[in-house]
Amino acid sequence: MKTLFERSVSGRHCTILPVCDVPECTPETRREKPLRLPELSETDISRHYTELAKQTFGVNDGFYPLGSCTMKYNPKVNEDAAAMEGFTEVHPTQKAAQGSLRLLKSAEQYLCEITGMDEMTFQPAAGAHGELTGLMLIKRYHEYNGHTERNKIIVPDSAHGTNPASSSMCGFTVINIPSSQDGCVDLDELRKAVGEDTAGLMLTNPNTLGIFDKNIKEITDIVHAAGGLCYYDGANLNAVMGIVRPGDMGFDCIHLNLHKSFSTPHGGGGPGSGPVGCKAFLSDYLPGERIVETDGKLAWCDRGEKSVGAVRGFHGNFLVVVKAFAYLLTLGRQGIPEVAKNAVLNANYLKHLLEKHYEVAKPGICMHEFVLTLENLKKETGVSAMDVAKALQDYGIHPPTMYFPLNVHEALMVEPTETESKETLDNAAEAFLDIYRTIKENPESLHDTPHKSPISRPDEVNAARHPKLRYHFDD
Amino acid sequence: MGTYIPSTDQQKQEMLEQAGFSCFDDLYRDVPEELKLKEELNLPDGRSEMEVKRFMKALSNENTVYETVFRGAGAYRHYIPSIVKSVVNKEEFVTAYTPYQAEISQGVLQSIFEYQTMICELTGMEVSNASVYDGAVAAAEAVSMCVTPKKKKVYVSKAVHPDTMKVVKTYSWAYGNEVEELDLKDGLTDDEGMMEGAACVVLQQPNYFGLIEDISSLVEKAHAKGIQVILSMNPVAMCALPTPAEYGADIAVGEGQPLGMPLSYGGPYLGFMATNSKLMRKLPGRIVGETVDHEGRKAYVLTLQAREQHIRREKASSNICSNEALCALTASVYLSAMGPQGMKEVASQCYSKAHYLAAELEKAGVRRIHSGDFFHEFVTECADPEALNEKLAAKGILGGMPVEGGILWCCTEMNTKAEIDALVQEVSR
Repeated sequence: MKTLFERSVSGRHCTILPVCDVPECTPETRREKPLRLPELSETDISRHYTELAKQTFGVNDGFYPLGSCTMKYNPKVNEDAAAMEGFTEVHPTQKAAQGSLRLLKSAEQYLCEITGMDEMTFQPAAGAHGELTGLMLIKRYHEYNGHTERNKIIVPDSAHGTNPASSSMCGFTVINIPSSQDGCVDLDELRKAVGEDTAGLMLTNPNTLGIFDKNIKEITDIVHAAGGLCYYDGANLNAVMGIVRPGDMGFDCIHLNLHKSFSTPHGGGGPGSGPVGCKAFLSDYLPGERIVETDGKLAWCDRGEKSVGAVRGFHGNFLVVVKAFAYLLTLGRQGIPEVAKNAVLNANYLKHLLEKHYEVAKPGICMHEFVLTLENLKKETGVSAMDVAKALQDYGIHPPTMYFPLNVHEALMVEPTETESKETLDNAAEAFLDIYRTIKENPESLHDTPHKSPISRPDEVNAARHPKLRYHFDD
Repeated sequence: MGTYIPSTDQQKQEMLEQAGFSCFDDLYRDVPEELKLKEELNLPDGRSEMEVKRFMKALSNENTVYETVFRGAGAYRHYIPSIVKSVVNKEEFVTAYTPYQAEISQGVLQSIFEYQTMICELTGMEVSNASVYDGAVAAAEAVSMCVTPKKKKVYVSKAVHPDTMKVVKTYSWAYGNEVEELDLKDGLTDDEGMMEGAACVVLQQPNYFGLIEDISSLVEKAHAKGIQVILSMNPVAMCALPTPAEYGADIAVGEGQPLGMPLSYGGPYLGFMATNSKLMRKLPGRIVGETVDHEGRKAYVLTLQAREQHIRREKASSNICSNEALCALTASVYLSAMGPQGMKEVASQCYSKAHYLAAELEKAGVRRIHSGDFFHEFVTECADPEALNEKLAAKGILGGMPVEGGILWCCTEMNTKAEIDALVQEVSR
């Protein structure tokens, strides 16, 4: 498909601005490089992006069981709320913003209640950004207590890649510990790893295998006894919200992904929102300002010198919080646990349908997601997790997360979410079964799937070896 | 209560039984009983869609929407063409995840490739990433690209946006970099403080006070001392002033909000980052590249992933995973609708209107506190900015940003001559 630049015709334009109504003047030193932006009519632009949209698969296009990403339906009323002029046309520094402040304050209260935390900041703009912020709290806490020697963060080998990466950005050394057979934290390994240099532990629970770690209280106790703090990666909260709270599991700080559990759309990569919550003893270390109420009026208030400072400009991705807040209002106290239960039900139901033909990495109950391992199937038939994932595209299904977690070989991580119906899950199981039949009858045919997409598998090695990262003009 | 769960109660029961459970509680057998919530969450009851909308409308009405805005200070009200919202609201773009599956994500991948190209064209740099969280974070991430175990000192001009200063300091504290602020002379960055041995310097054009810095000269002095230059620049100003590349910057960053994003009480916004090919593999975040598929057809993919957290884990160049893709798309559509002439016109009107306002205020006896030229913001003296703003608010005007020594005014193409004249009357009254 042509790029915008190839569609451009010199002299073509939209008519957007009126003529300047004050005397025109120009700065002394000016840009010399020609400004080669595309020259297009509004029709050109509209058709171009309609064409691009057709080649983009969203949650609205079909089942999207992308493990660990919680691709649930994004309700439209949330979008309507975030598009209200009273939210979009408000300057971040204006004082007359009681509506925004009240919304942020209420969202903070609700999310603290759901997680068992005492205070929260909305400054972090994504999950990984929240991780970094949470680790900053841990760092600041140890600094203020005179324990700069506590510079190691313990991360299980099944963790998301962002956990170790965030730790490094926060100046910590990462201690990777192997998981036990069942994918949970190996208590002996954890006991060996903790010590006087332990700053903290980062954990998701349920973990990336979709298993709830029964020993969670013992885990957080071990870390606390060693003088470390416990960080909860909220990526998998959808499985347990309203059922059990990170705060009650013994975690000191957490991040949430509003673009996962709280239904805000992912926008093809963002914007997300990764609020960080913490127990009261850490709240002075939070970044950004705190909302304080005096005589019924809300205002931003400095947190004081203990605060780590700021991790983003202004108050974070405000409109994303608006969407999540509309979702919280819709669901209310009954709806939140209902989401978790049905997310877990859908995962267990689909797992049950699939395990007749595919091997599950960890048998037993799963939470909101489960992981298939195609290791044996690949040995027998040569068909890889990638082949099956790509084949699913031809059935109108977005592939599961591939090759993650790293402690499972030929992994496919499946997370159906609660917003999918029984029929959708049954159809997905049919598609998996159909692919299984093909694996048995004609495995070779799966190596060049998908067949119905605009392109076949791209040459990624070439892309990385000979980077072409922008359109090059002919001249 | 509202719900988005489609399965009926009967279906749920069937599914439970088929999967070998008798009730929902069975699903949570692995969760220790003593940890489970014993009571319902202390949240309000769920609401119907109509109630939610009413509630949100009432809440949004508690915010003041000003008819006229003369404030920028890092967040700018520009005209947003209608086509922008229409394109950006397409459900496929809104509801897709990061385009890991290239075969069914060519649309979003191509849109990012086009965005990268436009950022390169605006900045004059060779490589752009697919966006980071905002302009302040872009500057902090750029600092991480420059520091080495031996060079951990970072200079930041006191004339950068206060949030940029804070975020750079916070990231630097976390990683163990040393930040030193560069003093100002008449509102402009003084290079005197820069010494050899530092990794980089962060500058802003136009600076927080709206002034046009002599970036070329600052770059020359920094480079002579082996210091790399990170230039945070307003993308609209890039259409009139020399580009970051023409100034000689090593990394161009900035806040992309002026490119079609509403004020939105501060977000979502768009952090852009671009650099030269030499630093390409140090860029954080997603990057889209062009390649071919197995049949030799043009194809786009996420590339250079060896830099990223999901491959490199603790050795990654950054932890970034989600970015601001939909805001990058917004910027692309905005730039396409404006075109080269439109963007030059926006820049010219911003500059002209701000200069008209400054001249009219001067005539009315309200003087600027700096002598250098400015782009679309400037500081005038003001005895009591809060009181002035209160007076303006009563007229539906959001006044300038209170800053040390006065008040920071901003004009964009949105401010008509009549609005400017009315403002001058109010200020000088």
